[in-house]
Amino acid sequence: MYAFQYRKATSLKEAGELLAKDEEARPMSGGMTLIPTLKARLAQPTQLIDITGLAELFGIEVRDGQLFIGAATRHQQVADSKVVRDALPALADLANNIGDPQVRNRGTLGGSVANNDPAADYPAAVLGLDAKIITNKREIAATDFFQGMFATALEAGELIMRIAFPLPKKAAYAKFPHPASGYAMAGVFIAQTADGVRVAVTGAGEGVFRWTDAEAALGKQMDAAALENLTLSTDNLNEDIHGTREYRAQLVKVMAGRAAAAVAGK
Amino acid sequence: MSKIKMTVNGKTCTGDVEDRVLLANFLRDELKLTGTHVGCDTSQCGACTVHVDGRAVKSCTMLAVQADGAQVTTIEGLAKNGKLHPAQQAFTECHALQCGFCTPGMIMTTAALIKDHPKPTDDEIVHGLEGNLCRCTGYLNIVKAVKRAAELQGK
Repeated sequence: MYAFQYRKATSLKEAGELLAKDEEARPMSGGMTLIPTLKARLAQPTQLIDITGLAELFGIEVRDGQLFIGAATRHQQVADSKVVRDALPALADLANNIGDPQVRNRGTLGGSVANNDPAADYPAAVLGLDAKIITNKREIAATDFFQGMFATALEAGELIMRIAFPLPKKAAYAKFPHPASGYAMAGVFIAQTADGVRVAVTGAGEGVFRWTDAEAALGKQMDAAALENLTLSTDNLNEDIHGTREYRAQLVKVMAGRAAAAVAGK
Repeated sequence: MSKIKMTVNGKTCTGDVEDRVLLANFLRDELKLTGTHVGCDTSQCGACTVHVDGRAVKSCTMLAVQADGAQVTTIEGLAKNGKLHPAQQAFTECHALQCGFCTPGMIMTTAALIKDHPKPTDDEIVHGLEGNLCRCTGYLNIVKAVKRAAELQGK
């Protein structure tokens, strides 16, 4: 690791100011991606501003048909929360299958969403549920927030405070994890809402995306058979040592089928 | 540099550390608690697992300054009054190790696992050990040991 200065922010205002003042400063939440990145010398920030001591970034509550979760909430806290389990069990399940126990004890919702790893799990739920990302400056719709691999709408000094997930009628997430890392080779979040079905895919492309053909098909019939005649275009899918584009397209279809069966309660 | 103060295995420890020093290195190099092993150094193998405020974490993926003010338990702090922790006793009884390098991390994860799941199922054990790699045993005896540890804890 290159040297840096660590500071634990004592207020959201202070964190925002420190980050705005120094372009090379970075906010740090759980650090589950940032610390390995620093260890590999792939980043050289001047300062790390630890935001996990800020009370306003914590808390889980249901209000006005939405589930609000503070950005610094650890994955395991989401998985273990009775509020989440009762209101949106698909999200508790998703959180309970991120990485491994040690990662879930440190990693945070806001950190994962802000990092926007193309194989991370949370972005699928955020886009699949059409959630709102509430920052210290504004509210951002999920569709506008994710902008491809590791890219988001966040500006310098802008921090996610909480995420508001509209509660669906039913939802489910199915993923095929990479056996070593736990990251999604393909992960599919399906939400059945008053406005129709939404299908969000992570792990397979350069960032989380919606599979609109599957949304239309599952809107008529919520099961794997409805997807049989669909083929996901391989144009924007990832190809690497773990699998070809075609393999990933097939995995997405299989995971979508599993998530659909779970939504339908089969 | 930062001044840090934490409770490690029940004792207050202080240090002046560079901000980039990892918790694993602080424990090993400054406090000489070398039971915490650094295996892969890439957040995968879990040999460096310790408890921070009661939760299992990989100490190679946490800065020492992040543990300022925390309660830290390492493998050296598990046994009480000369009596092995149920997880330690169970790993011994079930021969849940061969080379032993991953064992401190396995035991720390097991201790946290049986606290959350006093009667773990096979699935809960496998899911709970996903952050720990063992390259010798094939895991069978480790899974047996976790079950045995839960039994011993219940006695």
